[in-house]
Amino acid sequence: MFWEHFAVWVAAFLTLGIYSFLYKDNPWYKLCESIFVGISAGYWFVTLFWDNIYGKFWVGVFPPTHVNELGESVRTAQPDYWLLVGAVLGLLMLLRLVPKIGWLSRWSLAFIVGATAGFYLINYFSSNVMRQVQDTIMPLFGSGFDASAYVIIGNIVVAVGTFTGLIYFFFSKEHRGAFGFSAKVGIFFLMVTFGASFGYTVMSRMSLLIGRIDFLLSDWLGLIR
Amino acid sequence: MSTRIKEILVVALVLVFCAIIYIGKVSGWMKGVTFSPAVSMIVIILLAASLAVILVLTIRGRLVGRRTVFVYVGIAVALPLFMSISQYIPISPEVRTLHDGLEDLQDGSKVLVSFDYDPPSAPELQPMAESFFRYCMDRDFKIVIMGLWPQGPLQANQAMEKVLEDPKYAAKNYQYGVDWVNLGFQTGNEFVIQRMGTDFRSMFATDYSGANYETLPIVKNVKNFSNVDYVFNLSAGYPGTVEWVQVAVDRYGVKLGAGNTAVQAPQCYPYLRSGQLIGILGGMNGAAEFEKLTGHEAKGTKFMLSQSFSHMIVIAFIIIGNVAFFMGGRKKNLSV
Repeated sequence: MFWEHFAVWVAAFLTLGIYSFLYKDNPWYKLCESIFVGISAGYWFVTLFWDNIYGKFWVGVFPPTHVNELGESVRTAQPDYWLLVGAVLGLLMLLRLVPKIGWLSRWSLAFIVGATAGFYLINYFSSNVMRQVQDTIMPLFGSGFDASAYVIIGNIVVAVGTFTGLIYFFFSKEHRGAFGFSAKVGIFFLMVTFGASFGYTVMSRMSLLIGRIDFLLSDWLGLIR
Repeated sequence: MSTRIKEILVVALVLVFCAIIYIGKVSGWMKGVTFSPAVSMIVIILLAASLAVILVLTIRGRLVGRRTVFVYVGIAVALPLFMSISQYIPISPEVRTLHDGLEDLQDGSKVLVSFDYDPPSAPELQPMAESFFRYCMDRDFKIVIMGLWPQGPLQANQAMEKVLEDPKYAAKNYQYGVDWVNLGFQTGNEFVIQRMGTDFRSMFATDYSGANYETLPIVKNVKNFSNVDYVFNLSAGYPGTVEWVQVAVDRYGVKLGAGNTAVQAPQCYPYLRSGQLIGILGGMNGAAEFEKLTGHEAKGTKFMLSQSFSHMIVIAFIIIGNVAFFMGGRKKNLSV
């Protein structure tokens, strides 16, 4: 019971400390900031150690055993020795700390860059290019001229927005005349996009504030019924 | 008395005041406060009037400091939490399609929920998680939980605990391992999703509590995504909805609905139009809409009033700021 009260008070103390920066930079804020940075670093170190080095590598190479009904000690899974390759590549990364043989870390980097580039190339090309292009190239009025006015207007906005947006990013021709006008329309669409993103960002940040104020007034002080 | 000592005294007084309220809360003599609709309207009118005064002062050349703006935003967020008035929440098409996708499932279907967020995003995503669980229990869905973020499964447990506090859902007697399971966190980002496409067990040999995958009845026949009827992803960034779309949807044909933080939502809207996503709950607004659709109005709906008030304050100060800008002739100075 005591620890529950203590935990709520610590959370409230740290929340108020962080918000005290709105008044001005002060030692209370600095203390809370330092606690946050320190705990975050420690948390991530421990998490990554137990999930990656122990949970994936150690358990993968040396699977735990258990005793079956016959009293025999059996492994829960087959050892995966391919993980040793990853471990060696990981160790090579650490050789950057030794200048003379630091070049060996490039092998690991080459593997990471190559593997991720290959993986992402397929994913992004399929999901973010082909599917999106496919969705943009569509009949404006529906396949059987059966679309509603709402859909038709939406399709026209998408078509015009995509086309003029692409024109804005085409820099091989000077933005003048009709071409320049299209580029300006493209800028308009970009601004609307940025505005929508900004609006959503404001909503998200306000949500964080609402969450903390709800904690202070409800969980801490119990003022909200 | 120096300014520093005055500041320390003010902080100490505030903390002592809060301590008294806290003791009152614990000992039971301090009850919560709720504004009646009439009081709420008076508060709103006073707030609007004070903003009008600030506008007039600005026009007269007396500018307010940034701390005033902070105080107003704080008030705009805090006061609506006490108000007993409600706000009309229209349902957007993307939330309705997400709900319709769930409605199409048969009772008792198996849903996979991936918790890809941590406590900072909880105000937006936790209400979605709770209302999603409530909906699942109403329909007797089997719930398989996982997380690509280390703290995700903890958030899932919190949401489940909260839902099970309700006697209505406690009476359903949802059994762990049979009706729901938390497979825990798995490191590896999108590669986890990739491996799950062929074999769930290769990524989750044990559940959150360390029980073997094979011993859990709920996932006994779950080999890969083809054995799951619906996937719901609660995401606050990377890895999250984008990765689920790219791998689970486009490679394995999974039926995916998503709940995103508002920051991430615009990034995911293109997937909605192309049909890669069934629906999106975007930020707190999405949470409130889903709560309304499912008939479980909770924190998402309650927080929307604060959200709307704070937006009104932001808009008001943007107007006041522009008035100050043009009245002060700063445009002229800047153009020189």
